[in-house]
Amino acid sequence: MVMQRLSGWGRTAWTVADLVHTTDVDVVRSTISAAGERGVISRGLGRSYGAAAQNAGGIVLEMSAENDPMGIDADFDPLTGLLTVASSVSIDSILRMCVPQGWFIPVTPGTRFVTVGGAIASDIHGKNHHIDGSFGQHVRSLTLMLSSGEVIELSPEQNPAWFWATVGGMGLTGVILRATVAMLKIESSRVEVETVRLENFDAVSAAMGADGVDDDYRYSVAWVDLLATGTSMGRGVLTRGDHATASKVDNKDPLAYDPRLTVSAPGWVPNGLLNKWSIKAFNEAWYRKAPAKSHIGLESIPAFFHPLDGVNRWNRLYGKQGFIQYQFIVPLDRTDVLRKVIEKFSGAGVASFLAVLKRMGPQNNAPMSFPTEGWTLTLDMAAGISGLAELLSDVDSLVLDAGGRHYLAKDSHVSASAVRRGYPRIDEWMSTQEEMDPIGLWRSDLSRRLGLVDHRRSL
Amino acid sequence: MKNGVGVAQNIVLFGGTSEIGHAILHKLVKPGVSHVVLVSRDIDAAENQIADIADRYPDLEIHHVRFNADDSASMVHVVAEVAQQVGDIDVAVIAQGVLQEGVDYYANPAALLPVADVNFTGTMVLMYTLAAQMRSQGYGKMVLLSSVAGERVRKGNPAYGATKAGIDSFALALDHELVGSGVSVLVVRPGFVTTKMTKGMDKAPFSTDADSVAIAVEKAISTSKTVIWVPGLLQYMFLILKNLPTAVWRKLPL
Repeated sequence: MVMQRLSGWGRTAWTVADLVHTTDVDVVRSTISAAGERGVISRGLGRSYGAAAQNAGGIVLEMSAENDPMGIDADFDPLTGLLTVASSVSIDSILRMCVPQGWFIPVTPGTRFVTVGGAIASDIHGKNHHIDGSFGQHVRSLTLMLSSGEVIELSPEQNPAWFWATVGGMGLTGVILRATVAMLKIESSRVEVETVRLENFDAVSAAMGADGVDDDYRYSVAWVDLLATGTSMGRGVLTRGDHATASKVDNKDPLAYDPRLTVSAPGWVPNGLLNKWSIKAFNEAWYRKAPAKSHIGLESIPAFFHPLDGVNRWNRLYGKQGFIQYQFIVPLDRTDVLRKVIEKFSGAGVASFLAVLKRMGPQNNAPMSFPTEGWTLTLDMAAGISGLAELLSDVDSLVLDAGGRHYLAKDSHVSASAVRRGYPRIDEWMSTQEEMDPIGLWRSDLSRRLGLVDHRRSL
Repeated sequence: MKNGVGVAQNIVLFGGTSEIGHAILHKLVKPGVSHVVLVSRDIDAAENQIADIADRYPDLEIHHVRFNADDSASMVHVVAEVAQQVGDIDVAVIAQGVLQEGVDYYANPAALLPVADVNFTGTMVLMYTLAAQMRSQGYGKMVLLSSVAGERVRKGNPAYGATKAGIDSFALALDHELVGSGVSVLVVRPGFVTTKMTKGMDKAPFSTDADSVAIAVEKAISTSKTVIWVPGLLQYMFLILKNLPTAVWRKLPL
């Protein structure tokens, strides 16, 4: 038993749990059969920002296969593009294996250091949500260990209710052991990207609107400068693109893929290094760097999809206090709310790095999946700002009143009532969850705070 | 637990009518708190003090648990009852205490017993019980209201000073014992606090009020600090005062 202090990627709200690192199914089974009343949650690479993969006083099953001496536990068919892989394998490993063979992960978040298990449990999305949907929609089947120790196979055809409860289920339906994912065929490891800067929020939202040409691009996202005020409020840089065809790439090996970590954040950073002034300067430089007129160029996969992975442990840049990542979604016709939220944050002097704005496509079948048709805005801020609890609570109300919701993989502060309001199918999900886990084994700090499972159920 | 912006979900105030305790609650209750438990002898009085918080946070659930602060052995059951009502105890503000100013202990030495029971024995039992509960939760914060009166105990009210000295030392050692468990203790050492407990007494130098104590607690509770002084200057004052020769110390007009 190793008692270990754990937090999410945001490095806030640390709690202590018994950490068991394993990728061995038998160890998983014996660990869960010996669990006490604080229950068990699984954890991958710890990239969810808040408390999703920690379990105060209970057991945390750390299932990441990084540096696994056995190599990557995966079975890939380059003819069909079907990848069957252990849940502990990261998107990073998958890309290293599949890109040179001409296949790409169908959905990637802003970091490639997430496991397949975490990608399913959070039903992650990427810059292509408006075209391709979220990760769960590309999972053909998965293997799940229930709290009884029984291992079952789930797919959209075979027991769809349990499959979709597991997609976006935050690890609370069981331990995902393996999954089969339909990969995306690519001709090159380059992305053809069109970049343009837009002078204010109206220009950004108009360019990305559903009635425009946004649907002609597989990938589309805008970086918005939340510190710009007045007529420049909400100015941003829009990048859109798709995988480049082989003919566009001037290279004898168009599928060459070589992701590298360039620099590491230092182990110790003074609180307040990222403040209103330093971030403002950074945002200004970022905006000026982008071309005023639309410009098309080729970018590498790491540069386009995973820019932050270039700085190892960048989450330490906020210092000891840690940081919050706030991501919400509101319906398409509620750009007024986005504007109000941006005003609230900039009015309160909250310094945030470039926020990310994206138009999402329709919701999938998973009751607790975050993406739904609308605008999602993501921003991060230092956790130590005074009055932050009150400010976020005001913003939460704006979002919820507009029929919006919060992304649980990012969340570290919302209340149980906010999730009830934001996720209208939560009761349906909870009853499926109880069916799958009648003894109430799966618990996390997130599930306790949000009342996602009935914690009065005793083990 | 606390959430990402430092707000604890379940907060318990032991000594549910304590003025300083309520001032601290007023600072700690923010959006995100789900339960507050007032543990007190007098439920109505405790209820009245929290009425404005209840108005401001309609979703907040407020609970009451009755206890006798001088019944040390009962603390085990008191904590169990609190946990039964709210589940995890994330923050415990330990504010019970008796001063018994002006009691003639020469005539009535048995009157010392409740001072020891409330300020020391009962609080020790309470803190170990809480420590056990919080350790099993993998998270918890105890805020102990100590006093500078325990720093160098003087004539006037030696029992109060000595019990505060005792519980203060105990709490620091308990915090040491809990390292790595996710549980920690914050010892608060205010100077003379103007409250109903000290009404009519002569103000000592560097006196403070309940609000200032609460602001200092709010600031320190998300840090790794173990001890805070209110006002902060007292820390340096006592560095000197504690090391004065006895003859000088006894002559000081404190």
